Amino acid sequence: MDILNSKLSQNIAKARTELDAHVRDIVNWHFSPETGCPFWLEFAETLDFDPRKEIGGYADLKRLGHFQDEWLRGGPVRQWVPKAYANEPIYVFETGGSTGIPKCRINVRDFQIDYEHFSETLSDDGFPPGSDFLMLGPTGPRRLRLAVEHLAQHRGGICFCVDMDPRWVNRLVRYGKHQDLEDYKNHVVSQGLNVLRAHENVRCLFTTPKLLEALCEKISLSKVGIKGIFCGGTEMDAQFHRFAREELVPGIDFVPTYGNTLMGLAACKPFNPADNYAIIYYPPQPRAVTELVNPENPDEPVDYGETGRVMLTTLTKEFFMPRFLERDEAARAKPIARYPWDGVENVRLLTELQESVVVGIY
Amino acid sequence: MIHIPLLRAGRAYKSLNTVRLTHIKTGEPFAEVSQANRGLIAKDLGEMARHKKVLGNHSFAELIAMCKEAARLFTTAELPLHETTQSPEEYIRHVSGTTGLPETLCSQNMRKIQTVLEEMEAVLAGLTRGLDMRIFDAGWRWGSQEKGTLVYVCETDALGAVLPSNSPGVHTLWLPAIPLKVPLVLKPGREEPWTPYRIAQAFMKAGCAPEAFSFYPTDYAGANDILFRCGRSLLFGSGPTVAPWMNTPRVEVHGPGRSKIVMDEAQCRAGGWAKHLELIVESVAKNGGRSCINASGVWVTSHGREIAAAVAERLSCIEPKPLEHPDARLAAWANPRAARAISAAIDANLKIPGATEMTTGERLMELDGCTFLRPTVIWCEDAEHPLANTEFPFPFVSVVDVPKTAMVASMGATLVATAITEDEPLISELLANPRIDRLNIGAIPTNQISWDSPHEGNLFEHLYKQRAFQYGHL
Repeated sequence: MDILNSKLSQNIAKARTELDAHVRDIVNWHFSPETGCPFWLEFAETLDFDPRKEIGGYADLKRLGHFQDEWLRGGPVRQWVPKAYANEPIYVFETGGSTGIPKCRINVRDFQIDYEHFSETLSDDGFPPGSDFLMLGPTGPRRLRLAVEHLAQHRGGICFCVDMDPRWVNRLVRYGKHQDLEDYKNHVVSQGLNVLRAHENVRCLFTTPKLLEALCEKISLSKVGIKGIFCGGTEMDAQFHRFAREELVPGIDFVPTYGNTLMGLAACKPFNPADNYAIIYYPPQPRAVTELVNPENPDEPVDYGETGRVMLTTLTKEFFMPRFLERDEAARAKPIARYPWDGVENVRLLTELQESVVVGIY
Repeated sequence: MIHIPLLRAGRAYKSLNTVRLTHIKTGEPFAEVSQANRGLIAKDLGEMARHKKVLGNHSFAELIAMCKEAARLFTTAELPLHETTQSPEEYIRHVSGTTGLPETLCSQNMRKIQTVLEEMEAVLAGLTRGLDMRIFDAGWRWGSQEKGTLVYVCETDALGAVLPSNSPGVHTLWLPAIPLKVPLVLKPGREEPWTPYRIAQAFMKAGCAPEAFSFYPTDYAGANDILFRCGRSLLFGSGPTVAPWMNTPRVEVHGPGRSKIVMDEAQCRAGGWAKHLELIVESVAKNGGRSCINASGVWVTSHGREIAAAVAERLSCIEPKPLEHPDARLAAWANPRAARAISAAIDANLKIPGATEMTTGERLMELDGCTFLRPTVIWCEDAEHPLANTEFPFPFVSVVDVPKTAMVASMGATLVATAITEDEPLISELLANPRIDRLNIGAIPTNQISWDSPHEGNLFEHLYKQRAFQYGHL
């Protein structure tokens, strides 16, 4: 046991060193006139120090303060394009299902890289190479739509999609239009069923918890040949995870995911009955780091097992987002052999926001 | 800590998702309630046709005997509560501890449930207007080819019920579903899982098929799913909760009651009202003033101010007391913030001319760790004032001066109206008004229920439809 622990400690230290080196690279990239984006170059002019010289690792990112939500709402969106990518094709993805001006993030290849990394965590039994996917989740300006398609292609398959507009869903929920909501859900699900019935090479499914429940009311997914499901897009709790494994899709490889446009995609800790279905995610470090902090004082991390507000740092050559305070809370999970850095357990909306935000079918 | 599991067709299921209830006095964690996820409810509801068949295997006579036995067990037995048991005394303390209803009122409500279970045959006779009960065992077909056949068809495989936390007595409304052979899908109010759970346990112990009892504490989305999937449901809630379901025939809505007492010109003018003060006080304040059948308005043609002053004098004798006090008549607020908000809303509306508060002293009071709102009487000079036709879950009443000609028209939707009058034209007008649910003519408190006549909807008519049927020669 001691040997295992000391091996883990070594790996934690190694991951930390790699993270610090990665932070230096990324800061250097975004704050250099040859490669950086206008936003950060202008931001640097307001600082009384040169980040390239003085940010030596993750802990020093504190000196840049917290990335502000508002910076991503509205244009010009090209202020986020690193000079090094100025001539590349640029995608823009929007967050969330709320209305109003959404947050945008530009992408070149990040969504593909993130999902290629994620692909390595999937088993070939659950997600057989060469098999096709059904993407039954939010589409439109969301990165998930293209990311799932890329995942399918990366694994040698083809991705079938169905339109789904989460903002319309949220509107229906907000105005109490239950019948319309039910109709829309049925409309989405019945198109998914058509794909499943008509295309027998569809073995893999991405969907949201609520749509998975709706789908399972109509069809046995194992009977139509689904081998693996990765499920995400909205919050998921331990009870849903258990229900999915025990009753909804027993025998199918069920992979919960937590991702968003700003971070990328976090992998779920491999299933272990000892965790009692707790959903524990590990961010794709060093490309993204999650820290759990005291909501009252974000400079103060919470202890392992304690609940804190999720603070997210994204560190890719396409996008630099230091210490962004998410609207989510979670418990801080210990590093494990596969992911020797902190994870987040049972992510959910911040308690103080729980009464005011609508979560619909998606 | 006490745990309350789900019941999935009678089978206990402990969820990983729980809600913690705190004790109203100490604020300490008191009970943990398993929460059903939406998909679990949906999956279970797919099985209801099968459960209904199992329940239907009991004969009517057996079910009536089970109701009687359940009445005895509910009020006297130690009944299962997850890994432990609950005595009747504990049940009363549990309900009071999370809802704030005084223990004596919990106990009165317990007896109300007992009465309905014991008198189930009379209740059913009232609901079915004296239908021959043998039809219950005859596949809902009764009569003969010659004399004509009466046929009913059941509209659902289960009765959904999205329930409130205000008072245990409300659970009497769904009890007849069991002898009517329709399984129950109960979503309890957040603070009051105790009563439906205990009733289910009493029935199961009395020998009733467990398949008849599904019990799903859940969130808003889960509740909506019950309303969507059950062919027939009852929905209790405030205005915004029930609004989306108002025109859905499969959902019987129990929203705000806005129950009223109406006094005619003769009563008001000649001082006859003084004889009925006790009736007003009982209608307003019985059961802590928490029910929708409590009066929240007294409609008068004159002397409103005098009448309001007299009512205020009597109601102000009802003071907050510790919840275990034998004379406690006011309920504490499980959510003190709500109490403060309501009191502030009343004060804000009193600034609009045309309304005067007749009760004096502080409305909001803290006692023994609990927050109370003391009885409040408002005199409104006309029915248009925002405080004139409104209700709050504590003894709150507006005495409203209304011109004789506008009396009935200005009442609006009214769950129970008690008309203290012998004036025939007024009685006719009240009888013709479809917006009044239950009408009492004469000195009957609004909260007085006669068990053998339908009140607050008719569950039999909600569940069963008479079917046109004829025999033909082959």
